[in-house]
Amino acid sequence: MTVTLGHYLTLGAILFALSVTGIFLNRKNIIVLLMAIELMLLAVNMNFIAFSHYLNDIQGQVFVFFILTVAAAESAIGLAILVLLFRNRSNINVDELNTLKG
Amino acid sequence: MDPQSVLFYVFSAILLVAAFRVITVSNPVHAALFLVLSFFQASGIWMLLEAEFLSITLVLVYVGAVMVLFLFVVMMLDIDIEAMRRGFWSNFPLAATVGSVIALELAAVLMGGFRLSRPAQPLIADALTDVQYSNTQVLGISLYTDYLYPLELAAVILLVAIIAAIALTLRDRKDSKYQNPSDQVRVRSSDRLTIVKMQAVQPVADEVVVQEVPGTGEQGQNKDTEPKK
Repeated sequence: MTVTLGHYLTLGAILFALSVTGIFLNRKNIIVLLMAIELMLLAVNMNFIAFSHYLNDIQGQVFVFFILTVAAAESAIGLAILVLLFRNRSNINVDELNTLKG
Repeated sequence: MDPQSVLFYVFSAILLVAAFRVITVSNPVHAALFLVLSFFQASGIWMLLEAEFLSITLVLVYVGAVMVLFLFVVMMLDIDIEAMRRGFWSNFPLAATVGSVIALELAAVLMGGFRLSRPAQPLIADALTDVQYSNTQVLGISLYTDYLYPLELAAVILLVAIIAAIALTLRDRKDSKYQNPSDQVRVRSSDRLTIVKMQAVQPVADEVVVQEVPGTGEQGQNKDTEPKK
């Protein structure tokens, strides 16, 4: 049974579903939330590269390149905000972030 | 089964197990390390898909930079894991339901819908078959010709990320001493030195008037330039 495009897309789908489950489970832990977002981006990148390979089109890989750039910037800024949050509040509990709540 | 299929199943199995451990393990350091493992497996799968440049970029950029950043932050912050884990499994039935519904629906559509087994022709349709195929070269040519402006935009995004991260976490200390150049340039000699006229000889038995002489002890420092009168 040779591997088809559907196998790779299914792998990406399962990975995406696992990340969604992780976001549900780790509602309080903002670090694991960021990691689940990274996993989601990985699943999307997997789809892009699989399509790029099976459809003979390099543009999918170009798109993955830009997604990697944006994801790196996103995690850098997210972690900077996290450090700032910890410095101001001495914890990173998501439940206590209700300053903006009216 | 050909070796590529075997490799695909091995990599995917380890990838899914590692991803599952990322979202369920209690220690955030372990979660980051499992995420590193899953990135390595994904890199192997991309190598099977002949995306060699992106495969190596994933290891270099993600494992080398982003995950090390994650580990730094996780180890730097003092996190109360017990408070985080409270009520962790109470969400599990809903989360498992939603996750399995997403996975099953997507798999049902994608598994049957895309039966492409191999590329019709190699990525470079070239009459010269002895030309060495290079994924990096093809990607580079595409990036620097068709996608030049998006590439510049990506560079600007990275610059914004650098500046934002530094600006967010930069903290100026209250007790740090620094010079104010405009005050230093604007200062005049009358601000620094006040000449007080006194009698050369004081009457002996009278009270001695001690006069405050402002500024004379602080020649080198940059203080408020108003002399006390």
